[in-house]
Amino acid sequence: MNNKKIINDAKSYKEFQGNKETKRPVFINCVKAFLVGGFICFIGQLISTFYITFFDFTERTAGNPTVATIIFITMLLTGFGVYDHIGQFAGAGTAVPVSGFANAVISSAIEHRTEGFILGVGMNMLKLAGPVIVYGVFSSFLIALLKTIFIKWGGF
Amino acid sequence: MLVGESTWVFHQKPKIISSGVVGGPFEAKGNLKDDFDFLYDDLWMHKESFEKSQQLMMEDACNIAIEKGHLQRKDIDFFISGDLINQITPTSFTARTFKIPYLGLFSACATTTESLALAAMIINNNGANFILSGSSSHNAATEKQYRYPTEYGGQKPPTSQWTVTGAGCALVAKEGNGPKITSATLGKIVDLDMTDPFHMGGAMAPAAVDTIITHLSDRNLDPSYYDLIVTGDLGRIGSEIAFDLLKENNIHIQKNQYRDCGVLVYKESQPVNAGASGAACPAVVTYGHLLNKIKRGEIQKMLVVATGALHSPLSIQQNESIPCIAHAVSIEAEVN
Repeated sequence: MNNKKIINDAKSYKEFQGNKETKRPVFINCVKAFLVGGFICFIGQLISTFYITFFDFTERTAGNPTVATIIFITMLLTGFGVYDHIGQFAGAGTAVPVSGFANAVISSAIEHRTEGFILGVGMNMLKLAGPVIVYGVFSSFLIALLKTIFIKWGGF
Repeated sequence: MLVGESTWVFHQKPKIISSGVVGGPFEAKGNLKDDFDFLYDDLWMHKESFEKSQQLMMEDACNIAIEKGHLQRKDIDFFISGDLINQITPTSFTARTFKIPYLGLFSACATTTESLALAAMIINNNGANFILSGSSSHNAATEKQYRYPTEYGGQKPPTSQWTVTGAGCALVAKEGNGPKITSATLGKIVDLDMTDPFHMGGAMAPAAVDTIITHLSDRNLDPSYYDLIVTGDLGRIGSEIAFDLLKENNIHIQKNQYRDCGVLVYKESQPVNAGASGAACPAVVTYGHLLNKIKRGEIQKMLVVATGALHSPLSIQQNESIPCIAHAVSIEAEVN
């Protein structure tokens, strides 16, 4: 039947439905992400100060145990099914800090437990976090290369 | 009998003599909890995997339908069903348990009406006496395959929908008491270049509208013939689009004459964004809530239009648009 309107034509349909589609509330999402993300950093700062004050850490060396602590807390929150609810509210606020990376790894590991430890957990654990590692390593290689070239030949 | 472009009219009027509807814990908190035959209080349902839980629900739904129809498993001629999981294993494994001759279908969330249409057609042509037809989905199993791990904290947009955990099954028979299946319209693929897998309602709405228009024109009916026109799982946004699209195409239906299963399942307060989806969504609503409405005499005639998005995670990654389909089945009360 050729007398059907709008549903015959992709362009006019996209226009038609674009008016009805609920858009992501970008501004509010940014504000929430800023507040929650900032709060996570605040907790990180508290943990870091705790390690410096009560243990033998300097500002430089307190970074690693702080990250490990945040990852551990994220693991608990993910395992108890809380983190995804915080994530739905906070968006980038919980995705960008290290806790987001931890959540991506841990949730994949939990998800594929039913396929066994090797083919399930082992193979799928990094399926979401993998790109971060791949492009993280690759871009640091590129930057190191550029730095070397500039220093060797640029005479800085 | 073929009428018009793609509509079958069933003169023998196959009946839905019984149905079985099973759901999960999240559905138990929803709008339609009283229309389920059984509700599980845990997503795992004491099984080792979510896929097995889904199979369990399908088996339960079939068992309930058979029991309510006062029949035995051996009385059933065919089992026609499908689901969303890769290679439709939960359905095929159910068929393995039941040892009934089996046709496995995949039309994503349109499987409910596709299987009902086929069952009615076979019975109408004396190909069988009793056919089990249904569909199932499991929230966690479906999310795992199509989207992200359940516990992953990614933010979902307001257009996204929540996959129903449940299974719905209808027992279609040549003779007996129950609502009768009068006709079915098979849809064709409608693809308007929509690519967002988090906006399925918007992708599927044109397919539903296309099939409704075809159905009404094939049977030469006015939309007021139906007390209720129900779409499968378009959700809040998709169903508004579909309603307006119908209006644009001069199909004038009243607001209270149109419902969407994806809107009906959950309460407004449940965090499901645009509503429900999943292969079980039209199955549990039609075979539970809507059949009950017919039995109570609240509605006489309804047209169920289940819609399916026939993409895969792979096709989305390869930037293919989402092909959508909708099949319509008209169900009418027994007496008139």
